[in-house]
Amino acid sequence: MTTLPTNRKTLRWQQATVLSTRDETPRARTFRLALPAAMPHVAGQYYVLRLTAPDGYTAQRSYSVASAPDTSGQIDLTVEKLDDGEVSEFLHDVVVPGDELEVRGPIGGFFAWAGDAPVLLVGGGSGVVPLMAMLRAARRDGHPELVRLLVSARTPDDLYYADELPGPESTVIWTRAAPPGTARPVGRITAADVAPLVRGGEDVYVCGTPAFADAATTALVEAGVPVDRIRVERFGPSG
Amino acid sequence: MAGITRGFTGRRQARDPRLPPGQYDARDDWPVLHAEATPKIVTDRWTFTVEGLVERETTWTWKEIHDLPRSRYAGDIHCVTTWSKLGMTFDGVSVDVLLDAAGVLPTATHVVAVAHTGYTTNLPLADVTGGKAWVVWDADGQPLTTEHGGPARMIVPHLYFWKSAKWVSGLRLLDHDEQGFWERNGYHDRGDPWTEQRYQGD
Repeated sequence: MTTLPTNRKTLRWQQATVLSTRDETPRARTFRLALPAAMPHVAGQYYVLRLTAPDGYTAQRSYSVASAPDTSGQIDLTVEKLDDGEVSEFLHDVVVPGDELEVRGPIGGFFAWAGDAPVLLVGGGSGVVPLMAMLRAARRDGHPELVRLLVSARTPDDLYYADELPGPESTVIWTRAAPPGTARPVGRITAADVAPLVRGGEDVYVCGTPAFADAATTALVEAGVPVDRIRVERFGPSG
Repeated sequence: MAGITRGFTGRRQARDPRLPPGQYDARDDWPVLHAEATPKIVTDRWTFTVEGLVERETTWTWKEIHDLPRSRYAGDIHCVTTWSKLGMTFDGVSVDVLLDAAGVLPTATHVVAVAHTGYTTNLPLADVTGGKAWVVWDADGQPLTTEHGGPARMIVPHLYFWKSAKWVSGLRLLDHDEQGFWERNGYHDRGDPWTEQRYQGD
């Protein structure tokens, strides 16, 4: 398993400007940021965002980049609004286009995909965000067949990027409520969901809550994926 | 002051002095973060080995390590992802006892903690000696669960918690620093939460 190094020069704080926002679901919003000192990221990497109060108090959180790597100097961060989330509630309730936000990145090597080999991506809820960067990159680069993406969502209201996900590369499963006509019964991910997507020999990226990540990992191993080919990014309740 | 965020005041109220800068109190939550699939490790095949620059490479079985003098850490832990948990207890054995049994050679300056999953993390020798590091199997009086690194993990609680290798299988003594998993991926070689050594260059 190879990893891509984080570029040390990228780790300076910079003042990004919020260009626009877009609601993905009632609880998830994408912030498009313009970076004064942008470094191209690798799909799967994240930025750290820091809020500073007038008295110097700070709060910081990590958010995955949802947009494909490019040279635009802009990135999309999709933020789930968490109950009592000190940072996520502020971002949802207060931040508007034109605001400045302090960020540093891109960070993260082990969960990054260079875009040059087949991958299976398995995301639950907000865990789809870094995987979306991979799907977008593969489609833009004309190699969508490299990516197979399985997304688990609670209900149709909870599905991120609903207008953009559909395609031969993506499969959505529902855990609580499904659209009319869905053949698969609602329920958590199983080996039967992932087995048809496994090609053999590919790296697998799993992203979601700890419970989702463990369920997905178990399903993948049951479907024959070697455990050392699975990379996992777990989202904790980090506000 | 540069970098003030418009409209942000934050939620700190009488901030607990036990919280390092940039950390919040996770209270009853104990978030789970690791990069690999959660392994299944049975205690009757579990071992812990001290190797490298030691007088005698030494391996303990699950029973043997439990026969060593017990040691408790009571205090706080701090994850680089910004949560801290305050007032925990961990029971196990002091790393000092393990290193003394193997006999650390004077040339040793650093250690790599190795896990049964292949995870590694690097530490200066001085950060795991002198009552600062443990191999533990109980957390808050209960057996350590698999998701938190059970049956046994390292804890080095004065550093960010990725230094506290889950599913630890041993320590390798070296005469130089050798980066581990997260350190190769941009995280700090030492990881002091009080000076926010989160990433390389901090």
